[in-house]
Amino acid sequence: MDGFPILSLMLLVPLVGAAICFFVPAQTARMVALVATLVDLALGVVLWASFDIGGAQWQFVERADLFAGFSYALGIDGIALMLIMLSVFLMPICIGASWNSVTKRVGEYMAAFLMMETLMIGVFAAQDLFLFYIFFEAGLIPMYLIIGIWGGDNRIYASYKFFLYTLIGSVLMLIAMFWMVREAGTTDIPTLMATDFPAGAQNWLWLAFFASFAVKMPMWPVHTWLPDAHVQAPTAGSVILAGVLLKMGGYGFIRFSLPMFPEASANLAWLVFGLSMVAVVYTSLVALVQHDMKKLIAYSSVAHMAIVCMALFSFNVQGLEGSMIVMLSHGLVSGALFLAVGVIYDRLHTREIDRYGGLAINMPKYSLFFLLFTMASIGLPGTSGFVGEFLSLAGVYQISSWVALIGTTGIILGAAYMLYLYRRVAFGEQKNADAAAMPDLDKREWAMMLPLAAAVLWMGVYPESFLAPMRADIEWLDQRLASAAPAGDAHLSEPNPEAAAAHHGEEAAAEGGSH
Amino acid sequence: MIEIIVFAPLLAAIIAGLGNRLIGNLPAKIVTTGALLISCALSWPIFIGFMTGSETAYVDPVLKWVQSGTMNFDWALRVDTLTAVMLVVITSVSALVHLYSWGYMDEDPDQPRFFAYLSLFTFAMLMLVTADNLVQMFFGWEGVGLASYLLIGFWFKKPSASAAAIKAFVVNRVGDLGFMMGIFGVFLVFGTTSIPEILDRAPEMAGSTIGFLGMRVDTMTVLCLLLFIGAMGKSAQLGLHTWLPDAMEGPTPVSALIHAATMVTAGVFMVCRLSPLFETSQTALTFVTFIGAATCFFAATIGTTQTDIKRVIAYSTCSQLGYMFFAAGVGAYGAAMFHLFTHAFFKALLFLGAGSVIHAMHHEQDMRYYGGLRKHIPITFWAMMAGTLAITGVGIWFLHAGFAGFHSKDAILESAFASGTEMGRFAFFMGIVAALLTSFYSWRLMFLTFWGKPRWIESEHIQHTVHKTPEEAGADTTGGYHPHESPWVMLTPLVILSLGAVFAGFVWSPYFLDSAAFWNGSIFYNEHLVHAMHNVDTWVKVAPGVVMLIGLAIAWNNYIRDPQAPARFVGMFGGVYTFLKNKWYFDELYDLIFVKPAFWLGRKFWKWGDVGTIDRFGPDGAAWVVAQGSHYARRVQTGYLYSYALVMLLGLIAAISWIMVR
Repeated sequence: MDGFPILSLMLLVPLVGAAICFFVPAQTARMVALVATLVDLALGVVLWASFDIGGAQWQFVERADLFAGFSYALGIDGIALMLIMLSVFLMPICIGASWNSVTKRVGEYMAAFLMMETLMIGVFAAQDLFLFYIFFEAGLIPMYLIIGIWGGDNRIYASYKFFLYTLIGSVLMLIAMFWMVREAGTTDIPTLMATDFPAGAQNWLWLAFFASFAVKMPMWPVHTWLPDAHVQAPTAGSVILAGVLLKMGGYGFIRFSLPMFPEASANLAWLVFGLSMVAVVYTSLVALVQHDMKKLIAYSSVAHMAIVCMALFSFNVQGLEGSMIVMLSHGLVSGALFLAVGVIYDRLHTREIDRYGGLAINMPKYSLFFLLFTMASIGLPGTSGFVGEFLSLAGVYQISSWVALIGTTGIILGAAYMLYLYRRVAFGEQKNADAAAMPDLDKREWAMMLPLAAAVLWMGVYPESFLAPMRADIEWLDQRLASAAPAGDAHLSEPNPEAAAAHHGEEAAAEGGSH
Repeated sequence: MIEIIVFAPLLAAIIAGLGNRLIGNLPAKIVTTGALLISCALSWPIFIGFMTGSETAYVDPVLKWVQSGTMNFDWALRVDTLTAVMLVVITSVSALVHLYSWGYMDEDPDQPRFFAYLSLFTFAMLMLVTADNLVQMFFGWEGVGLASYLLIGFWFKKPSASAAAIKAFVVNRVGDLGFMMGIFGVFLVFGTTSIPEILDRAPEMAGSTIGFLGMRVDTMTVLCLLLFIGAMGKSAQLGLHTWLPDAMEGPTPVSALIHAATMVTAGVFMVCRLSPLFETSQTALTFVTFIGAATCFFAATIGTTQTDIKRVIAYSTCSQLGYMFFAAGVGAYGAAMFHLFTHAFFKALLFLGAGSVIHAMHHEQDMRYYGGLRKHIPITFWAMMAGTLAITGVGIWFLHAGFAGFHSKDAILESAFASGTEMGRFAFFMGIVAALLTSFYSWRLMFLTFWGKPRWIESEHIQHTVHKTPEEAGADTTGGYHPHESPWVMLTPLVILSLGAVFAGFVWSPYFLDSAAFWNGSIFYNEHLVHAMHNVDTWVKVAPGVVMLIGLAIAWNNYIRDPQAPARFVGMFGGVYTFLKNKWYFDELYDLIFVKPAFWLGRKFWKWGDVGTIDRFGPDGAAWVVAQGSHYARRVQTGYLYSYALVMLLGLIAAISWIMVR
């Protein structure tokens, strides 16, 4: 694949598709969108297949200098590759989910989604700081439109909130970017990643980036846009929002905050830990009392993303790889859960949990899929959720047992709210006649659920496929962070009892935090 | 070979589960039961191989799982003596339960799903016991939890069943939190999750300290205690036991397989598997002993007052698991595993027997409405008899001959006494009291069910069947109902398990209790304790038999000779009775301190936190400021030139004066 601009092609295909969608009738627009996303998926598979594991850190590099140091530079490492794969994998499913449910302005809708795809891939592939910024911020616009035009009853409020929150953070990030470019004299992300910024400035820069990524993530207490956005967004919008857009925050941390400002990351890790610990408990409890299915899953997303945040700042390989797997897994699982909600929403047009019940009787196949995704969300071993959460929390434990303990309570609370949801939807008597009359999955829905289910199990049983491409990059990042990494709280003492008694923990073996 | 044993049930579960209606009831039953029979047939030769010493331990790698930095764990199947014991227990009981369910679930519309779950459970349990690393053990651990959740909630239309299913999963998750933290800690300390490596290196780390939650604690103690919390959840030990009685909402074959013979013993298995690790921390072992002893007593007290036949057996299970734990706690891992082994047979037998009674009594589970069933269902009666003789530990001490429980339970009690520690003595006395209570509630169950006059017409289930009220039936307390013996497909497992209940103790005690060669290093084998156990004072050896007879005598007096005696007792000690009847008020307590506050906090966080604070002062506040700001800005923009001029002038003056002052 040497020299072939596959990344540009992946950006171009949806863009062209979007342009076509504006001018064709509804049914054609659907087909165009489906074909475009499938072509991108195929290109993604080619990309993954030709990605040289253990080869150069940055592959498929394309570069065209434009003006004032600003350049059109693309290139990916394993981390970006996996997130691009997630995006192109979810897109055809989103188009499928919108097939029948979207009836007004179909062409524009499909165009918005295809634009979205271009921008998402762009975020993960950009190697120029400002190019990244453009993709990162422009991604807001299609989502804003998707919620604002094709959303539910309260869509204006939700889209406004979504936009306001995410924009404020970005402004600070942009200022920080200008400062960095002036200081380092380049907009090249790989170069910046290896640049050591002055320790004094790092904290400010870190905070400026944090403002943006924390909102995107979203972290407590700037999470309140998410439940509203999810509730109002159409099904496919929720899938992309939860599946990919939330990952941009995590990607930002792993691509910018950590490698560019290692010292600041270590200094301010307490902030991340503090907010994440609150988030896990707080949002899980809030999820427990929701009546609206989408809101419940949205709150659970916040809790899962909190695990990602903790793990990212654990300064060891397990934490970093774990957080990546949680991101990928959450992309699949929460996407699938929103899709599952969409399936019954399409039939009954309500998200009220109480309006359902006993679906295991009339929709057994649906219930089976829903169960699988519920279990994956809970982190049952054998599903993708477990591998991610386990590695993440194992990483966190090495830095702080307190944070790990609070994070691990998420597995109890997660089981409580998800099973409580499942019970109210799928178990019990068929108390609502209209819900009891709903037909089981049709072929289109099968085609959406099955790939997701397969991916979830694949990642749970053989995560090596997903870990291998990222290994070298995580290793590089771990090395980069090594000098700044704080010691863990374990301070394991000498095994020999006499020695232990004599020094009593002074000679803390560095095993705990040295990763 | 081991791969067939483990994966055949998985394959069967997938075929039956996904095939479901497509393939129909009979093929689903044949596939699952057939797979289990194959697994069982392949397991016994392995076990016998270890008995005769012709098998050696090995690990069969299956697939890479996770490699993350220095953290590696793979899918692999480990076979050694300890695994072999569990293999035969799991596959035998599971195969028999599959077979039994042909009859028991015959009228159920959802049979393929049921059999698929059973097979899935078996697969997960086999993965648990063949694990070579802690993470795969955790996979099995959670897998059986899933299967248990699905099977407890099998009749998901019943609100009580789906509530019990959630409760089981969530309470187990509390234990899993400990297990997971334990694995993290183990990885931190040893840099691996491989069980053999950990056990190898555990003694080196004895005596070191580690920072944990801001405290400075003994490394091995904290690791063992964390792992043990996991075991407490799965094995329903005091504090985390509340899910087990509720789990009886599941079909009775499930109770026999999962909540008696196999899954709930996973905690005991884990402690035995990690016995060299636990041996490095006396504090942890003392804690294990205490929890085991306390549970065996506490659960037995509750068992004496329950009226639901399945709940009595459930508390009995809880109590017997307590015995196993304190055996492990005093270092008698062989005895613990032996009791696990015998208990699997006689407890599965008791549950399946109870199922047969329930089947005969048209789904009635309340023993108060049984009575006089001995003649009507004789085979069930004799099977239950064998189970009761086994659990109460009937045997002749100087001949070393008795029913299964006699060999294993007495070995535990003697080991506890022989351990010589204070906690060991405490456990011994608790165990003796519990043995008395065990005998009492077991015989109470037998007498209420099989002896006395029929009280069937009191039962609503029977009333529905015979279309009579107690008044209409008059003196005929049977209501004209005729209990029928269960079909042969159900009785065959009972008979086979009865053989186990009668002979298992006698046949295998030389291996489990006295043979270091048999265990072959798969558990920590304390030669010294075994000697001490055999040489305890005679009164220690006789005591379990004596209290067993006392329990029998009380039960006979209260339920045969003088049926008014229980009522008089309740009249005298109403408080004690109510306390026990309400299960020490654990459910009420947990509801008050965990469940209700969780929902309350959730609502407050949502309404006060998110909506009332964050949104109000965040985005909504910002919107309000903007709205107000534009309101004033509009007022300023009057359109009159003079007002703009005035503002400009004022601005100019302000700017100039600022520069001058500076």
